[in-house]
Amino acid sequence: MAEEKPRYLIFLGCVIPYRLSSYEVSTRKVLQALGVELVEMPEYNCCGFPMDPVNHDTMLTLAARNLCVAEREGLNILTLCNGCFGTLYKVNKTLKEEEEEREKINGYLKEFGMEFKGTIEVKHLVHVLTEDIGFEKIKGAVKKPLTNLRVAQHTGCHIVRPKKLIGKDDPEDPKLLKELIRLTGAKCLDYMDEAECCGNPIIGVNETIPFSMAKEKFDHIMDVGAQALITVCPFCHMMYDLNQPRIERAFNTKIGIPVLHYPQLLGLAMGFTPEELAINELRVKPTQLLEQI
Amino acid sequence: MSQTSQVIKAEELDPKFKYEISKIHGAEKLMLCFQCGTCTADCPVSRYSEFYRPRKIARMVQLGLKDRILSDKHLWICTTCYTCIDHCPQDVDVAHVIRVLRNMSVKHTNLMPLVYKELAGNLMKSGFVYMIPESRIRRREQAGLPPLPKTKPDEVAKVFELTGFTKLLENSETFEKVE
Repeated sequence: MAEEKPRYLIFLGCVIPYRLSSYEVSTRKVLQALGVELVEMPEYNCCGFPMDPVNHDTMLTLAARNLCVAEREGLNILTLCNGCFGTLYKVNKTLKEEEEEREKINGYLKEFGMEFKGTIEVKHLVHVLTEDIGFEKIKGAVKKPLTNLRVAQHTGCHIVRPKKLIGKDDPEDPKLLKELIRLTGAKCLDYMDEAECCGNPIIGVNETIPFSMAKEKFDHIMDVGAQALITVCPFCHMMYDLNQPRIERAFNTKIGIPVLHYPQLLGLAMGFTPEELAINELRVKPTQLLEQI
Repeated sequence: MSQTSQVIKAEELDPKFKYEISKIHGAEKLMLCFQCGTCTADCPVSRYSEFYRPRKIARMVQLGLKDRILSDKHLWICTTCYTCIDHCPQDVDVAHVIRVLRNMSVKHTNLMPLVYKELAGNLMKSGFVYMIPESRIRRREQAGLPPLPKTKPDEVAKVFELTGFTKLLENSETFEKVE
């Protein structure tokens, strides 16, 4: 019997269309090759997370509206962004489990002729890779193992925390991304404080603190000799790649660590060219790394 | 938090503030905080800020220092990494308490960071929190990506209206940076 092909509504969020199509390009390449079918969101609005600090109900309603679109389509959501994942996953869970909250938000949604029913699931790219496709199949798709590479991972926060709401992976010592990296043949190095936040969410009000947090992360990964940092969130990626020259200036130092989206690393191991994976769009060019593979 | 060296006067305490906060979703367990300081010891922001101390925020709420805490701009430098929630031995959702205080602060002081007003403005115009430049949309085509998903900014505006967000935007002045 033919295996059923996993099918998802792809939820791009805001950061990817704004700045990081490299993440989208490489994800689509890799998922297509691994037999995942992606359906475009017919109607989209921001997940809602950026509005949460100002008004919690606004966030809940924006998120629930997106969930209702997916329910109408009868498809589960796949996000590439940790922020979108955390928001949609937690709101989905809260509205499924808590009647009072569900009734309040459904009161707002009624105005759009919508009702949250709780019929779909929300997954991040990491969960689709590990839960739906599985390690064996990914391993089988690796044609050019990247055995010369030594890299470090940054899983990020909203895909694992708060533990009691997300309940996947280990927030203190995240393992899923590490295992995914090891499938490519690259060495994934342990380093100090791997679970520490990128700091990007507060960059609009304070640059010094997030830059210091990111600098500390780079110090730790350079201490163990990592050649690149691997991320699965566009917001974290912006912090480490786009902002890297500014962090270098702020601390008057040279960092020069390329930051790859995980599907770019996996794509290289599957035999895609750097061009096919939009690696040229990275701010910090991984020139030396590409020579080595 | 920057003002905690000041003397606390009995008349500035609101004895009901902690109950008011504890009723709000996410802040129910605030009263269980026994000031161990785990949240602050493990907070990546506290490591680099002289002023940001989640433990003090919890204590200020318990004491009833309502005006002081709601006008303290350091509420806005929590990165929402949620480490404090995962580590709290009393199961207080510290980061959610801070979200509750931020929401309340906007109403109470008519002030919010400029960045949120900008993001909200973009969201109402485009459905995205950033204005996606035309060049990006053209480059999507060149890269062989599907067109951007269709958005419904009118529905965003309606969500803003229904949930009271529009009024907050209209009533609020802004500030830019928090040291």
